[in-house]
Amino acid sequence: MEPSRLKERPAADRRMIKFVLMVNRQGQTRLSRYYHSVELSRRAALEADVVRYCLSRKKDQCSFVEYKDFKVVYRQYAALYIVVGITDSENELSIYELVHNFVEVLDKYFSRVSELDIMFNLDRVHIILDEMIQNGHIVETNKSRILAPLTAIDKMVES
Amino acid sequence: MPAVSKGDGMRGLAVFISDIRNCKSKEAEIKRINKELANIRSKFKGDKALDGYSKKKYVCKLLFIFLLGHDIDFGHMEAVNLLSSNKYTEKQIGYLFISVLVNSNSELIRLINNAIKNDLSSRNPTFMCLALHCIANVGSREMAEAFASEIPRILVAGDTMDSVKQSAALCLLRLYKTSPDLVLMGEWTSRVVHLLNDQHMGVVTAAISLITCLSQKNPDEFKTCVSLAVSRLSRIVSSASTDLQDYTYYFVPAPWLSCKLLRLLQCYPPPEDGAVKGRLVECLETILNKAQEPPKSKKVQHSNAKNAILFEAISLIIHYDSEPNLLVRACNQLGQFLQHRETNLRYLALESMCTLASSEFSHEAVKTHIETVINALKTERDVSVRQRAADLLYAMCDRSNAKQIVAEMLSYLETADYSIREEMVLKVAILAEKYAVDYSWYVDTILNLIRIAGDYVSEEVWYRVIQIVINRDDVQGYAAKTVFEALQAPACHENMVKVGGYILGEFGNLIAGDPRSSPLVQFNLLHSKFHLCSVPTRALLLSAYIKFINLFPETKATIQEVLRCDSQIRNSDVELQQRAVEYLKLSSIASTDVLATVLEEMPPFPERESSILAKLKKKKGPGAVSVTELDDGKREAGELNGGGDRGPDTAAMAASNASTPSPSADLLGIRSAAPVGAAQTNAGSLLVDVFSDSGPAAPSAAVNDDGFLSSAPPSEDPAPPLSEADELLNKFVCKNNGVLFENQLLQIGIKSEYRQNLGRMYLFYGNKTSVQFASFTTTVSCPGELHKPVEPLVEGGAQIQQVLNIECITDFSDAPLLNIKFSRYGGALQNLTLKLPVTINKFFQPTEMSSSDFFQRWKQLSQPQQEAQKIFKANHSMDTEVLKAKLLGLGTALLDNIDPNPENYVCAGVIQTKSQQIGCLLRLEPNAQAQMYRLTLRCSKDTVSKRLCELLAQQF
Repeated sequence: MEPSRLKERPAADRRMIKFVLMVNRQGQTRLSRYYHSVELSRRAALEADVVRYCLSRKKDQCSFVEYKDFKVVYRQYAALYIVVGITDSENELSIYELVHNFVEVLDKYFSRVSELDIMFNLDRVHIILDEMIQNGHIVETNKSRILAPLTAIDKMVES
Repeated sequence: MPAVSKGDGMRGLAVFISDIRNCKSKEAEIKRINKELANIRSKFKGDKALDGYSKKKYVCKLLFIFLLGHDIDFGHMEAVNLLSSNKYTEKQIGYLFISVLVNSNSELIRLINNAIKNDLSSRNPTFMCLALHCIANVGSREMAEAFASEIPRILVAGDTMDSVKQSAALCLLRLYKTSPDLVLMGEWTSRVVHLLNDQHMGVVTAAISLITCLSQKNPDEFKTCVSLAVSRLSRIVSSASTDLQDYTYYFVPAPWLSCKLLRLLQCYPPPEDGAVKGRLVECLETILNKAQEPPKSKKVQHSNAKNAILFEAISLIIHYDSEPNLLVRACNQLGQFLQHRETNLRYLALESMCTLASSEFSHEAVKTHIETVINALKTERDVSVRQRAADLLYAMCDRSNAKQIVAEMLSYLETADYSIREEMVLKVAILAEKYAVDYSWYVDTILNLIRIAGDYVSEEVWYRVIQIVINRDDVQGYAAKTVFEALQAPACHENMVKVGGYILGEFGNLIAGDPRSSPLVQFNLLHSKFHLCSVPTRALLLSAYIKFINLFPETKATIQEVLRCDSQIRNSDVELQQRAVEYLKLSSIASTDVLATVLEEMPPFPERESSILAKLKKKKGPGAVSVTELDDGKREAGELNGGGDRGPDTAAMAASNASTPSPSADLLGIRSAAPVGAAQTNAGSLLVDVFSDSGPAAPSAAVNDDGFLSSAPPSEDPAPPLSEADELLNKFVCKNNGVLFENQLLQIGIKSEYRQNLGRMYLFYGNKTSVQFASFTTTVSCPGELHKPVEPLVEGGAQIQQVLNIECITDFSDAPLLNIKFSRYGGALQNLTLKLPVTINKFFQPTEMSSSDFFQRWKQLSQPQQEAQKIFKANHSMDTEVLKAKLLGLGTALLDNIDPNPENYVCAGVIQTKSQQIGCLLRLEPNAQAQMYRLTLRCSKDTVSKRLCELLAQQF
């Protein structure tokens, strides 16, 4: 076997997060954030499709699913699913734990986050997500830094 | 339940959300939403100026409605107004709305840019971050023009806040991706690279994404990042689990940052500097060691984070492919994961090992896990994991374990999920061919494949086994015996009948000595399947029967009887009827010698690469089966195919070539050698057409133009093309037959047919007058001149015919010209030039594909020049059936259920030229209201996109 058999690796800069979705067991989208352009008309179909797929899977099945030309990493928290679309070469486990980190940040801010918190505070959830992921790349993972802007706003409001 | 809203909760919003939640039905929800939309619309349109809070509330409601899946077509202006608010929450909602709902070519961009400019110069870090986020999210050309020069300055300035730097890095990355020409890094390069040393880990995390992208494009300018990344990584890896405080996640120091650093290093070859390299190897070893240490926490988060780094490190080790020690350690580590109780880990280990299998250093180590992988294939409960196991078995296969792996894959096939069967079949077929040492094993394997998963065995696979049997005389007897046995089964797959019919027709004589498989027994066995088979298979069997008459004269009477019966000779299918009639006649009137010559054994097939490899590649896309690996397969396939050791066959081949033209319908599906001929069957091509699905092929001699070349020079320069030549040409884009031209004197009719890259065109010149045309000449130029004589005299009222053979060498835009000259008794010399309706789309092969394949390819053809688009007014009826007929006439496959909008049409096809194949995707979006169309083409070749777009815009 000669070295030429070495598999060509996909360009590393193509690794990125394509979207983040939060959906409940009924398939209702509670949050969606896209980091690549998807026509508005396509989004509903894509979300429905991806969610149906994730919902159909059992607990002992793998949390990474190939879907069309990308991968989906999903994690379930009670009745809420967080689904992240990534390019094929992205590190699945790191995204899987990023999801958990995100949930922990939400938990910290809302003290035990629920689906209702997300619905009624969509703007804040977006602020948190934007602090963590920008443009499809991870920018911050430190919980207190992620929450810094929100804490500042809440202080302003109170005073 | 408005109480759950945090901070400066918007009561109206909370009430609305509660209402929606309380809706009992979808209809009620829609009703509530429409009511709210009407309310918001009237508020926005109202005379009373809204305050910031109200605007924010309504924009927020719109966002919520959008999330519920409803399109929002207003509110953009109000969102833009919010940008100039001084309240963070108002501003933030404005920016959020814009980044979610405004696309990059909105006309609002100028207004948005103004707001961004103000925020960037505000020196308020939170405002600056919002503005930078917005640029990063929208990323339009206009934004790049406005801000590309300013962002690098913000990024590296000493007094910029850390959070602003993070946003600036990602913002710059986006602008660099969308408008690289506007982002000039030059003077900033070194300061950007040094962000890797920034003490704020968040800044490093953000900067790595930017640096990774930049170093892909300019590896040399950024190569100093390697040593910086290594030292940063080394500091993280060797830190204690509490050193990095908040960047430690479940006792793992900075897992995401580590992954990103390891990923950045994968843009470069191993460091040349010994010290740097030593330090890096040390890091990688530490990471591998940590995997063996007892976990610091029992939490799954701990092990996941640790393993995320480990997998990234293994990716880097595989990327370097130069440290045998590390490669083998990586392999052993993955081996442990193969048996881990976490499904996720088993999945990732299988996937990662697949790439390890292709390294010469670790290939053997990977092979030691074969039993575990086979077990995974059998027992995993998740199909995606089983799929990975199958991929890994394919990757680890070599001569030493091929028999075991192929056997396991075959037995898996019996119960495999339908979704992966076709791919499994291809893989088995490829491995069987690639690693065949003895051909009887190969034949057995393919026949097993047909037996187990006949429906999934594509033509390529069974064509290939026949090709190999024909080319290898040492396996022919065995093959005949095996297919004979396989056909004994009461129910056998039609593909088995095809292979059986072909092989017995060629080599049945090799087993005829055994009374259990005497000629008549063979014939009766084949014929017992006949009535259950489809037309193409029956056609093939008829050809096998005539071959039998030649091989075994004693079967002649029986077979003639069969051919003569009404169900054959009067069969409603023209092809079957024709074969029955001709074969019957041939067997009755031809002498034994003629029969023997005509029905000579098939000559070996020319060496070609196996098309099943190409098919697998197509299925999986370039990512999954590496290109180099395929080359490897091709080479070995060639070897199997017999190469030079064909010895005794060669003479036979030469002899039979005289009567049997080289097989035209192509075993490998690449291209046929000759176009479909006129309806008459040439005896010489009897068995040739077994592979072709339509009509017999004409012998190549008939296609030869050489003899027709005229030496007579044209007497006068051809006239320039008629002014309406283009218009006439356009009529034929979607059809092949019709009247090309007509005036008072002359009518020119056309009939044409195309196949692959070849075409044949019949031109009919009709004299409409009652007097003779003299010196009638026609010249076709394309662009070099080819002069074809026709009968120089066309009698009054008569019609003469001319045949043109066309081969598409490469893609083209200009149609060939047809010049016609003649003189009419008593009239002046007529000289007219037309465009022959040969357009690039004539060489389309329709391609059926699934929605996911379509979009994947659509995306692959994403370079701007590959796309051509036109928006135009409808010139003809917009009736669905008319449109469909036109699109089918175009030659592409019209694909249903691809476009989410059922009004739209989506087509796919491959243009076959001699030099290359050009994939084309088409989308036609009619707007009946406006009587307009939008036509979009994406082709692998830009000139083709353009040309097709021009041609088609005239058609609708």
